[in-house]
Amino acid sequence: MRKKIRVLIAKPGLDGHDRGAKVVAKALRDAGMEVIYTGIRQTTEQIVNTAIQEDVDCLGLSILSGAHVKLFPEIVELLKKRGGEKILIFAGGIVPSEDIPELESIGISKIFGPGTSTQEIIDFIKTQIGADRKRR
Amino acid sequence: MKQKIKKEKKNWEEKVLKKILEKRPERKKHFENYSKIKIERLYTPEDIEGLDYLKDLGFPGNFPFTRGVQPTMYRGRLWTMRQYAGMGDAEESNKRYKYLLKQGQTGLSVAFDLPTQIGYDSDHQLAIGEVGRVGVAIDSLQDMEVLFKGVPLDRVSTSMTINSPCAILLAMYIAVAEKQGINLSKLSGTTQNDSLKEYIARGTYIFPPLPSLRLTTDVNEYASKHLPKWNPISISGYHIREAGATAVQELAFTLANGLAYVEALKMRNLKPDDFAPRFSFFFAVHNNFFEEIAKFRAARRLWARLMKERFQVQNPKSMMLRFHAQTGGSTLTAQQPDNNIARVTLQALAAVLGGTQSLHTNSRDEALALPSEDSVQIALRTQQIIAYESGVSDTVDPLAGSYYLESLTDQMEKEALTYIKRIDDLGGMLAAIEKGFIQREIQNSAYIHQKKIEKKEEVVVGLNRFQSDPAFSAPQKNHEVRKGGVDSKIEERQKRRLLKLKEERDNKKVKKALNNIKKAIHPTPLQRGGVHNQKNLMPVILEAVGVYATVGEICDILRQEFGEYRESVSI
Amino acid sequence: MSLIEKILQGDHKATAKLISKIEDEPTSTLKEIKVLEERIVPVHTLGITGPPGVGKSTLIARLIEHYREKNKKVGVLAIDPSSPFTGGALLGDRIRMQMPSPDEGVFIRSMATRGQLGGLSRATNNAIKVLSGWGADIVIVETVGAGQAEVEVMRVADTIVLVLSPGLGDDIQMMKAGILEIGDIFVINKIDQGETGHLERNLELVRPGREKEGWVPAIIKTIAIKGSGIDELYKKIEKHRKYLKNKK
Ligand SMILES: Nc1nc2c(ncn2[C@@H]2O[C@H](COP(=O)(O)OP(=O)(O)OP(=O)(O)O)[C@@H](O)[C@H]2O)c(=O)[nH]1
Ligand SMILES: [Mg+2]
Repeated sequence: MRKKIRVLIAKPGLDGHDRGAKVVAKALRDAGMEVIYTGIRQTTEQIVNTAIQEDVDCLGLSILSGAHVKLFPEIVELLKKRGGEKILIFAGGIVPSEDIPELESIGISKIFGPGTSTQEIIDFIKTQIGADRKRR
Repeated sequence: MKQKIKKEKKNWEEKVLKKILEKRPERKKHFENYSKIKIERLYTPEDIEGLDYLKDLGFPGNFPFTRGVQPTMYRGRLWTMRQYAGMGDAEESNKRYKYLLKQGQTGLSVAFDLPTQIGYDSDHQLAIGEVGRVGVAIDSLQDMEVLFKGVPLDRVSTSMTINSPCAILLAMYIAVAEKQGINLSKLSGTTQNDSLKEYIARGTYIFPPLPSLRLTTDVNEYASKHLPKWNPISISGYHIREAGATAVQELAFTLANGLAYVEALKMRNLKPDDFAPRFSFFFAVHNNFFEEIAKFRAARRLWARLMKERFQVQNPKSMMLRFHAQTGGSTLTAQQPDNNIARVTLQALAAVLGGTQSLHTNSRDEALALPSEDSVQIALRTQQIIAYESGVSDTVDPLAGSYYLESLTDQMEKEALTYIKRIDDLGGMLAAIEKGFIQREIQNSAYIHQKKIEKKEEVVVGLNRFQSDPAFSAPQKNHEVRKGGVDSKIEERQKRRLLKLKEERDNKKVKKALNNIKKAIHPTPLQRGGVHNQKNLMPVILEAVGVYATVGEICDILRQEFGEYRESVSI
Repeated sequence: MSLIEKILQGDHKATAKLISKIEDEPTSTLKEIKVLEERIVPVHTLGITGPPGVGKSTLIARLIEHYREKNKKVGVLAIDPSSPFTGGALLGDRIRMQMPSPDEGVFIRSMATRGQLGGLSRATNNAIKVLSGWGADIVIVETVGAGQAEVEVMRVADTIVLVLSPGLGDDIQMMKAGILEIGDIFVINKIDQGETGHLERNLELVRPGREKEGWVPAIIKTIAIKGSGIDELYKKIEKHRKYLKNKK
């Protein structure tokens, strides 16, 4: 059994708006999780590499530049290639509702819109990871 | 008289207030604003006892400018209504500028895409998916020529949101003007050029803080000598605020950045009076109405005092804090987006009552995606309604003398000054940034704010209270959202254009020009205080953009010589 | 293929999984550890410790570059404290260790202390073995040498580098004596930020009488963000490695 939920909070894309990512990282830590934060401007390869090495249970992506259309699918693909397909992926930032169905269909479990409370994210992670662990 | 008021107040408290409070307690035990300043039940002359009208308020256009920077304020001329625009590639943006000019907008503003902002060409690996997304993609002078084709640069005032590679983009603008046959003395506009705040808020840094400060100073120095009508720097609190700072922090950190730029210019043997008159500022305006108005008034007074006391400036213009304001993007909600119109109205009104020189009003749907045309229009109309229908622009600084506002103005100024002194103790802004002090202060405020919203200690209408039926409150569809397909096309077009340019331009000249930049860079200061004795890089950059060297190529040279900045603070 | 086989072939995912198991259910990994111990030569371990923010991670990033130039595989364990109240942790050392593009020859793992006294050094020690199995030519462990558990962790390292910075001169005396005693190399980083004289003098005073062991801790000055002094540090580390080898 895993004792701790490990989460990677990552910022792909070039935008520097890390307020949300940092607030979420802190909130998850305060909820008892081990949070790895790697800063802004991460390439998709860097993110996936970190996710694998840190053996995280979930990966939170924050992006506000609009480049998610290009970058999220890349991350999902790369994760699969490196055997990280079981990692739960969620996202936040500015993602237009039109893009959501497609992103969900490729394996982003949940996209949290602006105004989401951190508690909602915590609950989501705990429920998902809990269910997943029971299944295993 | 004073004694009498005091006595009567006590009387009132005991005879009237007490009874009421017993019967009906107030909504909260403790009232405070976002800056954590305690708000009293009632303000009376007692609260402004220390206020000296001539010393602390004075007259508009006079020191300490609390009441405004011009004697007649909006009775003479309204503020500039400046809406942020620019997306896609240069051609698309050019069309938009022409449309806006026809609509009677009095100033243009250019937003650049992220690759441009951090010095990568459109064909760079890291630019994938980002080209033309949050602004226009500029790789070379060629794109800049397209952007301003048919726009007479002597008749518009252009505001460019560009920081780390500002020198390069300004050089391109100058080159376009020269090609239009326009005398540089006629160019008017603003470059943001505020590189220090990138490390504490916005995140589009390229080089370490010290060489960045040099580039910023190069632009400032160049403009002070060659571009008399240009505002070379817009010292920006906006992004600091949006990153989560309180109003007091926004005020303090912005002015502290300003002081750092003055110090740096002084090391070039320039007198503050030679450049400070062209400094401008950029603030956010959020929901707490009086806090915001007080912030603007305090900002003017504090800056005037700091400039006078620390640098002994003589020219009143050197003490004048002129600013642009923008309504707070982070205050808008994706839930019930039409509510944002009310928020923006309130904020815009605060900016006007605070004496802003220009204003951008956000569109209601900005929390969702890039705004639709309708929303942009409502945002502009909001300003026009305030300007022409509300009557607030008919007299100067109409709220002055309010016990509450004056007392708050005073408190905000004091608290900001306390911060500035703390920064002084840390060794100035550069050191405070390197130590991560500023970043941590902002992060803490952001976290506290978020927690308060979640605990409903702060109400956000439509978000944590007064939510409507979920079916209605879900983020609405936005018809102007750019889909992936559109952007890939821009990216492809931009890349093709770049490739072609590199084939057609005189590459020998480019190489030589780039090499000249490299030579001009040294000596690079290793330590703080080493900014003087350096060559201004503007002339070599002008030469390079003139022969169509690209933003990426020039930044690569600078990256090689200056190094690249890595984020310095964890959480 | 078994987990161990995969690790021995340099698989990142398998390596990461076993380290997780070591952290979560240490007793269940005894068998794997044993197999590893049989199949590998112990790797040289470098402990990097020092007060918060002196530049340990930045220094490690530079060392990684150095070792990679020489084609050596590098494993890193970056240890940060867990909150005693919530059990959560923010692991941020990686920010400074990022490389522009991931490199097969570098494996970085962040570990939280999880509030265990003896357990931490055992977990670290076993994680080092896993990295050794993965093929590391050197393993670097980073801790803030604050708590008792972290001082203990440093004892698993072969070479201990204590990183300080100018301005910490007066803090030396108050620092955990333990850390000062076990330092094999003293680094004064951030020499671009101020005078080092005071700190050096104080270090001389506390530089323990290790002559009789045949090793005198060196003082090396660096500017990690610019990469200066790193070569010297690297050489000193290698020298210490040889010294240990000869001692055996
Ligand atoms: N001026 C200067 N700054 C440095 C130097 N080395 C590191 N820094 C900066 O110091 C800050 C802290 O560096 P880190 O490498 O995270 O330090 P650390 O010791 O690992 O920090 P913790 O893991 O939080 O204890 C960062 O902002 C670095 O960029 C140096 O030689 N000179
Ligand atoms: Mg570290």
